[in-house]
Amino acid sequence: MVGISKSFPGVRALDRVDLDLAPSEVHALAGENGAGKSTLMKILSGVYRADEGEIWLRGKKVVPSRPRDMIDAGVSVIYQELNLVPYLSVAENIFLGREPRRAGGFIDWKTMRAEVRRLLEPFGLSLDPRARVNTIGPAYQQVVEIAKALSLKSDILVMDEPTAALTGREADRLFEVIRNLRRTGVSVIYISHRLQEIKLVADRVSVLRDGRHIVTARVDEISIDEIIRHMVGRTLTEQYPKAASNPGQERLRVEGLTRRGVCRDVSFSVRRGEILGVAGLVGAGRTEIMELIFGSRRRDGGRILLDGREADIRSTRDAVRNGIALIPEERKRQGLVLGLSVFDNVSLTVLDLHSLAGFIRRREVTGLISKVAQTIRVRTPSLSQKVRNLSGGNQQKVVLSKWFIRDCDVYIFDEPTRGIDVGAKVEIYRLMQDLAARGAAIIMVSSDLPEVMAMSDRIAVVWSGRIVGMFGRGEVNEEQVMSHALGLHEQRAS
Amino acid sequence: MKVEEGIAPAAEARSGRGVELARVLKNYGILIAFVLVCAVLAWLSPVFLRWTNVLNVIRQSSIYGIMAIGMTFVILTGGIDLSVGSMLAFSGAIAAGLLKAGAPLPAVIAAALAVGALLGLANGFVITVGRITPFVTTLAMMTVARSLTLIFCNGYPISGFSTQFRFIGTGDFLGLPVPILVFLATVLVAAVILRDTRLGRYTYAIGGNEEAVRLSGIPSGFYKAMVYVFSGVGAGLSAVILTSRLNSAETVAGTGYELDVIAAVVIGGTSLNGGRGSVWGTLVGALLIAVINNGMVLLGINPYYQGLVKGLILLGAVLLDRLRDEQGCGCGKTGGPAPEWGAAPRRSRVLQFWNLSGVWSSFCTAGVFTFSGVMSTGASCTFLFLMGCFLMKASMAATPW
Repeated sequence: MVGISKSFPGVRALDRVDLDLAPSEVHALAGENGAGKSTLMKILSGVYRADEGEIWLRGKKVVPSRPRDMIDAGVSVIYQELNLVPYLSVAENIFLGREPRRAGGFIDWKTMRAEVRRLLEPFGLSLDPRARVNTIGPAYQQVVEIAKALSLKSDILVMDEPTAALTGREADRLFEVIRNLRRTGVSVIYISHRLQEIKLVADRVSVLRDGRHIVTARVDEISIDEIIRHMVGRTLTEQYPKAASNPGQERLRVEGLTRRGVCRDVSFSVRRGEILGVAGLVGAGRTEIMELIFGSRRRDGGRILLDGREADIRSTRDAVRNGIALIPEERKRQGLVLGLSVFDNVSLTVLDLHSLAGFIRRREVTGLISKVAQTIRVRTPSLSQKVRNLSGGNQQKVVLSKWFIRDCDVYIFDEPTRGIDVGAKVEIYRLMQDLAARGAAIIMVSSDLPEVMAMSDRIAVVWSGRIVGMFGRGEVNEEQVMSHALGLHEQRAS
Repeated sequence: MKVEEGIAPAAEARSGRGVELARVLKNYGILIAFVLVCAVLAWLSPVFLRWTNVLNVIRQSSIYGIMAIGMTFVILTGGIDLSVGSMLAFSGAIAAGLLKAGAPLPAVIAAALAVGALLGLANGFVITVGRITPFVTTLAMMTVARSLTLIFCNGYPISGFSTQFRFIGTGDFLGLPVPILVFLATVLVAAVILRDTRLGRYTYAIGGNEEAVRLSGIPSGFYKAMVYVFSGVGAGLSAVILTSRLNSAETVAGTGYELDVIAAVVIGGTSLNGGRGSVWGTLVGALLIAVINNGMVLLGINPYYQGLVKGLILLGAVLLDRLRDEQGCGCGKTGGPAPEWGAAPRRSRVLQFWNLSGVWSSFCTAGVFTFSGVMSTGASCTFLFLMGCFLMKASMAATPW
């Protein structure tokens, strides 16, 4: 891949990225969330089309117009969320849509199973082709995906976080499979946040940052610390309006928050006027922890204390009545009703306060909304404009308005600036700052490290459903936060 | 990935008279269709516009019209209620039983509504707490309530009531039949609820994005259950009118009504995905179905064909709705994956599909009309031509290019 660029409205996702892959090579791709790894792979697999740049395969230039083209050319992608049909057998999954047939259109089970055994043979695994996919473990499911790719005669495999759902032993088995693949001439692009794995399984590693190719090196010639430095090192271009804070009384305390398979024994506290940044990788459990506090997920154990008193929060309604607001990660899916107006969306949180016998006091609510919309500066032609027709930044401001209007004093922001332009970002930082100045306790979950570093009074780092680090402002640098987020300290300790 | 699927402010991007026409057709398409059908029927049959016939049409529409109002709430949340016909039968049977036992009229009416509300509550409870899909839940209720009716009535209809009770279904008030007044009152009350109450606004919001509603600290389950209660109350109210009008509570009353009821709502422009629609649309939808039924009787079309024609009209309405959905931002209400970059323009495909299905259903309907031998070939062709023109225009309006 040469000079690949790709822009999305408002964001340059990839900027002249080069990547080469030798036969029988395992090439790792590292980078923070949003560095452009996924976009690059989507271009390679034909899902997106590059704005600039060329893809060359075996000395021939290819111009994919759809994913099918790249599959035919021998490139298969195994996504983190596997694309398997759970209630069909291993064999059926591998040959989905290409089942060998006998005369009369009946499926030729015998050939199919024999073919599957042949495909699985090099892995040295005992996997019954007739087993239903939902009954085999996640490592084997990966193998099924790999076998499917091989049956398509692919010789380039892209694996996106393949070990995310695997236990240590399962991961070892997968590495064995990958080594076998390499031996048979297959090249693998291996995307992972787990840098030790990269050292273990890859030949070379490339680091992307902010859509740019930073470095490519042989794994035996680069240390993990160097990789981390390449991942986070950046020029500070954005403005962070962070004012000196003056934290007051403790507002929210969480003790031993636990939910099976999500998080374990999470404890922390936030004071009034304080911004607590929560760093961590996608999938570390940050969002889930926040959802437990907000009552939108049920917890198995742990206490939530507000102003030192235990609060009984079992539903989102309880949380809101206790003054907790959650500005969710995915605003379109969780924050907004796109088909309804700005008025309807913003008023959702306050209708219970401003209605009489169920009838909405429309004028009262309109007054409130106009006031909030002015402070937040939502740019909309009118309150009856459908939210769908607003820009991303303005949509996010509608979500903020929705919670500002409610007068909460614990604000949980989950990725508040994702996908919005720089100008709107600064406005959102400023609003956050204002809230804190007014005495609200603020939790900011963010994958944007510089943002966390700049805006937080304290930083909690989450890894694998636990808080693995809690630092004061200025106590740590980006590299240290990143290495905690990657779980390096935990693994060394254990 | 820090990427925003940019949404062009659609309203600003397009402008001009074509858009205005599109908007009118989109919002009032069903009304225009209704007027068209009425005009054609008035032309074909001299009886159609007579005052007695007009009243008759509206009276016929009120029974399932009232249920359709309750159903509008349900469908606005993205649900469905298949049990309305059976709930009607059971409410009617209870009301009839109470009447026979000598209960006073207000108590009887209250009981019928309460029975409907209870059955609806049961639906709502199972759907929200048991997390069973509305389809399955209300399908079960459909058979359960029917069975309850048979048990209660022991298989026989209960008939013969006081003139006082008969007045509800057959009497006139201020020169208008009582059922019509009840229907219109229901529409008005429902419109106010949808516009000015929390329940109404939440109904739209839940249909648009239930997750967002829940995350706004609203007990969405409660409100979702309430719409099924509304549907049940609608069935109870219809039961009173139907029982009164027939002077009998039949065990088979309301069988198959759910289809006409759902059809009225959908033809009225309420999206089956929820979040969009109005009771005014439902009012027109209910009237349109009544007019079509009436028209086919007036034109002497073999009743065997009625279902065929209604089915095709229903399909057409849903297709139109689908086009409207796709015209909006391509990402849908769940904010699903961004459309593939460089994917083939979708509009042309939609249009092809539309033309195909439009032509196909036109041919079918034409065949039905001519084959049934009642309408002359010329007349049916004219009718179809008019319908076709409308549908084509509507489809073009719904897919701007």
